[in-house]
Amino acid sequence: MSETNYLDGNAAAGSLSELFAVDLTAAVARCNGCGHTAVFAESRLYVDAPGMVARCPGCESVLLRVVKTPNDTYLDLRGLTYLRVPSS
Amino acid sequence: MERTAIRRRLTWQVATVTDVRRETGTARTIVLEVPDWPGHLAGQHLDVRLTADDGYRASRSYSIASAWSDSQGSTIELTVEQVPDGEVSPYLVDVLKVGDPLEIRGPVGGWFVWKPEQDGPVQLIGGGSGVVPLRAMLRAHAHTGSTTPFRLLYSVRRPESVIYVSDLKELASSDDVDVRLVYTREAPAGEPRVGRIDADVISKYAFTPQDGATTYVCGPTPFVETVADLLVAAGHDPARVRTERFGPTGGPR
Repeated sequence: MSETNYLDGNAAAGSLSELFAVDLTAAVARCNGCGHTAVFAESRLYVDAPGMVARCPGCESVLLRVVKTPNDTYLDLRGLTYLRVPSS
Repeated sequence: MERTAIRRRLTWQVATVTDVRRETGTARTIVLEVPDWPGHLAGQHLDVRLTADDGYRASRSYSIASAWSDSQGSTIELTVEQVPDGEVSPYLVDVLKVGDPLEIRGPVGGWFVWKPEQDGPVQLIGGGSGVVPLRAMLRAHAHTGSTTPFRLLYSVRRPESVIYVSDLKELASSDDVDVRLVYTREAPAGEPRVGRIDADVISKYAFTPQDGATTYVCGPTPFVETVADLLVAAGHDPARVRTERFGPTGGPR
């Protein structure tokens, strides 16, 4: 993992829109590792893996993973204490 | 945008290329006709998916370059910079032609967006093709007749690398819009400064922390990190700095 090979949470919007009815990139996410709380769009997104991995910009813990197989999509939300979605 | 208030599960759809414009040696603007386009906010993006004959698929996320209004209906523009050894961009830049179908999904992303009703001035800072979503915001500003002060700081390698040359000239003629180019390798005659955006450039040309501006920074990841750090060091509220990064691959798979 080099210094700057990551994108950010904005780039996960398309994949997440397949799974969720609301836009999660604008939701506030709290990291279960360090408590860093920020908009999901500001998380670090690594796409050079077998899937998509979002990491905390504060402590680099995994927040979320999305992995696709030919038949299914795996969604791993292990690193999120919560997602706060604006009501509208 | 009431029509997008009712969210549907987003699916892939087929758009048709209606025009291709050369912006620079490596960048093209692709005009797409998308049936039932629900409209988009300036700054949103979409995913493009290519499928090879053997079924192999690759997708990338691209910023939408155009603003949307009812009168444009189903026409949108993307501007794509060719990434050396890229999987998707060389096809979009060199091969795709008028009349071709293109599979897309969007609009997506609700964070890196500007809405005309938003409070406060707007500072745009783009590096290279990071100017694309910023151009959509400038376009939205012009379309809606907004008088919100807009400033664009646009970092490019050399004069030939500038995307939207004539467009930016036209936009800069507005009293409410200030456009400033920063050349990192080679500047045109009469422009003495060659170098990256630094603290000096930020303090001279960007809104100050007291102006209450929202700042949008888009470009390659190292560019965005550097500029965001400079802004925070200059006293800007991190909560008012919105960023969008793209990597050497030009976007996610």
